[in-house]
Amino acid sequence: MENMVFIFASACLINNFTLTYFLGLCPFFGVTGRLDTAFRLGLANVFVLTITSLAAWGLNTYVLPSAPYLRLISFIVVIASTVQFVEMAIKKASPALFRALGIFLPLITTNCAILGLALFQTNRGYDLLEGLIYAWGAGLGLTIALVIMAGLREENELAKVPDLVKGTAMSFFVAGILSMAFMGFAGLFHGSGGSG
Amino acid sequence: MADEKTASDVRNVDELVKGLWRDNPVFIAVLGLCPALAVTNSLENALVMGLATTFVLVGSSTLVSLLRKGIPKQVRISIYIIIIASFVTTVDFLLAAFAPTAHKAMGAFIALIVVNCLILGRQEAFASKHSVVPAMADAAGMSGGFTLALAMIGAVREILGSGTLLGFSLFGESFEPWVIMILPPGGFLTLGLLLVIFAWVKKRFEERQPGGLGATEPAAAKGGVA
Repeated sequence: MENMVFIFASACLINNFTLTYFLGLCPFFGVTGRLDTAFRLGLANVFVLTITSLAAWGLNTYVLPSAPYLRLISFIVVIASTVQFVEMAIKKASPALFRALGIFLPLITTNCAILGLALFQTNRGYDLLEGLIYAWGAGLGLTIALVIMAGLREENELAKVPDLVKGTAMSFFVAGILSMAFMGFAGLFHGSGGSG
Repeated sequence: MADEKTASDVRNVDELVKGLWRDNPVFIAVLGLCPALAVTNSLENALVMGLATTFVLVGSSTLVSLLRKGIPKQVRISIYIIIIASFVTTVDFLLAAFAPTAHKAMGAFIALIVVNCLILGRQEAFASKHSVVPAMADAAGMSGGFTLALAMIGAVREILGSGTLLGFSLFGESFEPWVIMILPPGGFLTLGLLLVIFAWVKKRFEERQPGGLGATEPAAAKGGVA
């Protein structure tokens, strides 16, 4: 149980995917203009990460031991197609949910955070439950980072910033400071922080 | 005929150099950020990542350009991704065999070259529409620009964060390294700073168009005019 808590907190805060591993930066800098968009993008990420974790576990357990060189290709193909199937199922079953998340799904299906989760999960040898907890922690971490960033950028619109620094460069400085703040979480678990 | 030949040569050279400056993938287009920040805590890692990306980009651009007439439009993205993933798997195994230390230092980030938007972007925007030679020139230029950008970020972070360059000590014992620069926040801050410097140089260059920096930076001279 303690292990599960550690996996969750590590993926979510200590080794935040965006701010520590630099995964999923494109949506982080590209889409996070408004708070509600950022939040829905985060939820879509949680959704795809869950599917990814299940798919990666299935592949690792049943298919890849006999053909390890197909790891990358099969991860990408299986994740992308599973997400597409689930997307179709949701469109049929719950149009409201589809409208909320749908437009983001193609955008994030082969995002680095998604493939990164599959690879990290494989490298660390997580089982099914650990993988799921890891995926939820990572998804929540991404959502937190996206929402904070969107909030800061909304404030930043009003601030006086030199012309040269405006835009992307400013976002990088903000992200750097945010990343520094998240380093504080490394002390959350004594003696084990950061290595997650 | 002779004119045509020269014109196409000039175009190929232009495809090659545009990636270095005018359309630099990292500093101008802000693509491929994940590897640009994740593995650039030392110059050596940055160069390994740059070379691995070069291999993948040139290889897949060449292959996509060769196959461009046979790839059905509806499934082209999936085919590009499979081609890219094959090259990445190759480079992953090559590094693991010949440079195990570097491979270990990179962790999963070599495999993550697959999702570098720069590579898929070049297939979709260029290699699928041009013949082999321009496609290779474009890929070589873009990956050259990418490697250059990574090397710059890596050099700044290693010099400030460890006080070394390629492992050689620069400042002697008394230098107190800025550890933050080799940690994740340093990546964001360094790239932000370099973006500002690039924007400043570009603005200065556009302000005094004739002459100026052109003499020392041929790529800039060519790119800045357009």
